[in-house]
Amino acid sequence: MELFNNILIYFVIVPLLTLGGLALCSNRGIKAIRTVAVVGACALMVLAVWLVSIFLQARGAGDTSEMILRSDVMWYAPFNVHLALGVDGVSVVMILLSAFIVFAGVFASWKMNPLPKQFFMWFFLLSTGVFGFFISIDLFTMFMFYEVALIPMYLLIGVWGSGNKNYSAMKLTLMLMGGSAFLMLGLIGIYFHSAPEGQPLTMNILDIAHNDAIPHSWQYVLFPLTFVGFGVLGAMFPFHTWSPDGHASAPTAVSMLHAGVLMKLGGYGCFRIAIYLMPFAANELAWIFLLLTGFSIVYGALSACVQTDLKYINAYSSVSHCGMVLFAILMFNTTAMTGAVLQMLSHGLMTALFFALIGMIYGRTHTRDIRDMGGMMHIMPYLGVGYVIAGLASLGLPFLSGFAAEMTIFFGSFQHTDTFHRVLTIMATTSIVVTAVYILRVVAKLLFGEVQDEHHRTLTDASWEERLSTATLILAVAAIGCFPNFFINIISSSFDPVVKALQAALPL
Amino acid sequence: MPLNLAIVVVALPLFMFLFLGLVGVKMGRKITGVIGVLAMLVDTILAYGVALTYFFGSGEGQIVDGVRQAVVVANPAWLSFTDTLVVRMGVLVDPIAAMMLVVITTVSLMVHLYSLGYMSDHDGNAEKGFQRYYAFLALFTFSMLGLVVATNVFQIFVFFEMVGLSSYLLIGFYYSTPAANHANKKAFIVTRLADLFFLLGVMILSYYTKTFDFDQLVFGPTMSGSLETAQSAISTAGGATFLGCSVMAWALTFIFIGGAGKSAMYPLHIWLPDAMEGPTPVSALIHAATMVVAGVFLVARLFPLYVLVQGAMNIILVVGAFTAFYAAAIACTQSDIKRALAFSTISQIAFMMTSLAVSSNENSLIEIHEGYGLGYMASMFHLFTHAMFKALLFLCAGAIIHAVHSNENDKMHGLHKFMPITSICFLIGCLAIAGIPPFAGFFSKDEILVAAYHRGLGWGLWMSMVACMTAFYMFRIYYLIFFWKKHEVHDEHHAPKDQPWTMTLPLIILAAISCVAGFVPFHDLVTWDGHALHTSIDWTVAGSSIGVALVGICLATVMYRKENPLPERMANAMRGLWTASYKRFYMDELYQFITHKVIFQTICVPIAWFDRHIIDGFFNLLADATNSLSFGIRRLQSGSIQAYVYVYLLGALLLAAITMVCVLL
Repeated sequence: MELFNNILIYFVIVPLLTLGGLALCSNRGIKAIRTVAVVGACALMVLAVWLVSIFLQARGAGDTSEMILRSDVMWYAPFNVHLALGVDGVSVVMILLSAFIVFAGVFASWKMNPLPKQFFMWFFLLSTGVFGFFISIDLFTMFMFYEVALIPMYLLIGVWGSGNKNYSAMKLTLMLMGGSAFLMLGLIGIYFHSAPEGQPLTMNILDIAHNDAIPHSWQYVLFPLTFVGFGVLGAMFPFHTWSPDGHASAPTAVSMLHAGVLMKLGGYGCFRIAIYLMPFAANELAWIFLLLTGFSIVYGALSACVQTDLKYINAYSSVSHCGMVLFAILMFNTTAMTGAVLQMLSHGLMTALFFALIGMIYGRTHTRDIRDMGGMMHIMPYLGVGYVIAGLASLGLPFLSGFAAEMTIFFGSFQHTDTFHRVLTIMATTSIVVTAVYILRVVAKLLFGEVQDEHHRTLTDASWEERLSTATLILAVAAIGCFPNFFINIISSSFDPVVKALQAALPL
Repeated sequence: MPLNLAIVVVALPLFMFLFLGLVGVKMGRKITGVIGVLAMLVDTILAYGVALTYFFGSGEGQIVDGVRQAVVVANPAWLSFTDTLVVRMGVLVDPIAAMMLVVITTVSLMVHLYSLGYMSDHDGNAEKGFQRYYAFLALFTFSMLGLVVATNVFQIFVFFEMVGLSSYLLIGFYYSTPAANHANKKAFIVTRLADLFFLLGVMILSYYTKTFDFDQLVFGPTMSGSLETAQSAISTAGGATFLGCSVMAWALTFIFIGGAGKSAMYPLHIWLPDAMEGPTPVSALIHAATMVVAGVFLVARLFPLYVLVQGAMNIILVVGAFTAFYAAAIACTQSDIKRALAFSTISQIAFMMTSLAVSSNENSLIEIHEGYGLGYMASMFHLFTHAMFKALLFLCAGAIIHAVHSNENDKMHGLHKFMPITSICFLIGCLAIAGIPPFAGFFSKDEILVAAYHRGLGWGLWMSMVACMTAFYMFRIYYLIFFWKKHEVHDEHHAPKDQPWTMTLPLIILAAISCVAGFVPFHDLVTWDGHALHTSIDWTVAGSSIGVALVGICLATVMYRKENPLPERMANAMRGLWTASYKRFYMDELYQFITHKVIFQTICVPIAWFDRHIIDGFFNLLADATNSLSFGIRRLQSGSIQAYVYVYLLGALLLAAITMVCVLL
């Protein structure tokens, strides 16, 4: 079949095969389970790197089409549902990010107990959803993969979580489901206005965008529906409260995948569907969401200053950083939007790193309260150094990923000359100070100072699989920080169609 | 030696950081230290080569038509914002960059060598974390070198962050001690706050001038400081204003605030005294000689812009002049010798800032060309000499602290007999900073005073007064350490003595440099526009500056040479003032109050509460309401047949009634 000549479909097939392979393993054969999981993760990684090189070659060869590697298979004719695949620069880097985090996540959950087999099966089902979402350009298929990524979360937290896990799992799932209810309404609405009168309706994003047939009155309804629908997943204020509880209860690898990739689905969806398909309403209504996201940047950072649970600190920090993503997307210029994608990459990697390290520390000390810990740098220097690096990336140190992303966002946003955008931009920049405050507070309390609990002195430093997991992420963070232009070159041209659509929709 | 080697000068410390950080930790402690020192030695030789080639070499077109030009050695793109706004990571060699290469590598080499001894116990065993220490030193050296060779203002910002990080890591080297742990946090956050303004300044500047690059902002086609280029950059902004001031004034003021944070100008100075919690060689390198002058360097770099934007320049002048006095006033009462030196550093950096700021004048541009480049040259000259003698003073202080295990001067007293070499070196440092010829500080400080008197008699007198205070507090420290009264030796075996050669040699070298550095022909080499400056010593000013220095020294001699009740009586006579000065005019308490009580308690805590109880509470309420609702309507599904029949009948009757009504109507 022609479909199988497309590398993209393997991003769905490989996790599914891994899932199948895991199903064949015996429950006790931990070695076999690990082997299958590692093989699956490595295969995804290889595929992702290969995809990047294919993309670079195509662009290098002068292929300027909006999406490359297009495939289209009719799935359900009455509603014109296709399995339509295609990627642009943004999806390519998102896929690369996901592959890295799946890889690191597998090693971070090396000693998962109980039911490792079932854990990894759900884990790979979740990955299937994530990859599927990024490769498809059909509304229905995207939504389907989106749901595939959400549902396993409930079980992963409910079964393997810790603390108040039933409440958290329920809360997270219900809130995200609430978001996807909005989303589904929005998508149905888009479908029924996807083509001008007399032409067949379509689910294909590119066709819808080119038809540009959604009436303005409908855009006013559909844009908020889809933007909020995705925004819930992107931890947009005030729909972010699933995040602190959810992360606090989730097992390490799930937190990693969730904060690292799943939350990016929100930002990705916002620009690919909400803004791209409804540019008129986007221009008109952006100010509301700019206020919300701009506020959540500062709000999340200030809230993080008070928390004492490591995961809560990180969850609020995510509210702040993900707020930055949506904020930048709403700036509607190529620079800021490129910055948003860089920030997604950066936040994905460094939050995954944070959650991995927190999980490893928690696995040893059985507490996440910073008041009960101290002097960890003496006891577990490797994890301590890793934590410091993650912290530095988070507070935006040059040559680590956060800096390049935030600077691109700030300088992009500042290209707007009106007071409204300028004031919001300046407000957003203040977060670099607040971020430094809460990061250094944690570092000082957790890693430096005196050892608080004498029992902690007997703890061991990271094992080899933990080192591998964190080192992968650290290298990726440093790579983005040191060579931001490499990523910017991949990403930025993808925004040309969106920016053009937005410009065209501006009232004259 | 080709100027391209400047790239190696910058890159070598980075390599050493990675090498010592990743590989060094697996090796022995001593050997990593030795490798670090050797690498730094190579780096220093290369840097001297580059600087000498640049200043005295022929070829490569450094001097064209009597103008010393900047040379861009490399300038690759690093981060592209838009087509025009591209951040480059380059290496630029010009007079101040070449001078800074020399300063940084010299002091860094001395500190590397000195630390071999300082970071060891008295039996010569290296401390725990020795490799980490050397790796961080290398990281700092790299960051500082990257800063001074920057080709654009954004690169300076990037390396501002990097030096901030290295400073953070080194202040907190003894991370188990609460004081160090607190101090490094404070240093990072205060400078970060300043950097926020720097960032805003760069954002505004780059938006209106459409560039980050110095060659379009301040260097003309001749690749030397050019007012014409600066003027055209300013006119690109097209007279845009914000709140009544031009955007360029805002941008440059914000950029200055960034520099003020690093250079510890009032009121952003509060981190520097606390930063003395770090190991003393670190204080010498970072918090006396190099990093703290980054702000001065930044203003000097953008000098042509500042000259043309008087509003911003006046702010610098006022802040600089006030800080010089304020810090000197505090330095007069401190009992911790490192803190006294820290305040002295703040005061001296303020001298440099003031010197830059006085060199502009509201008169015509021509006059600036003719005579007012003096302040710029004096500032850079003072930066150079100060780096040498202040590093010397700090390293002497380190040797003393290493010998008596205390920072407080009441544990010292009368050390002259025990540590003669240290004592002489310290004295040379004191004479240099006080401005006694022929020591280095005299020449540079004299030029600063001349420039200040040029600007106005008031500024000149003010700075002369601070110069007098400088002489006073330095000799106060000197006498309290080495004289005052006989040193009490508790244990004959551990009597203080001069330290091993690794620590003494750097002192001697730096003392020697402090003796001769004043004779470097700065006015020929380092000027803002590349033209040699024709100056001669103005003996009226020079005489008066020597005079005020002598007054300060005499006063200190009377009060502190031998134990006497005079200082105590004076302190009692002005108890309030003395306490305020000793407590640093309560600035730390004020900051503590604002950050902890105001920001944390009235903003952060309520926000966190709001999030948990109002926002989250709303969603929980929603869930509870749904829950109660479903519990409520649960009764309808009771499972009892009778109830269902009742409902069925009621429904049927209702329907029938409705039908009847419809039919009848």
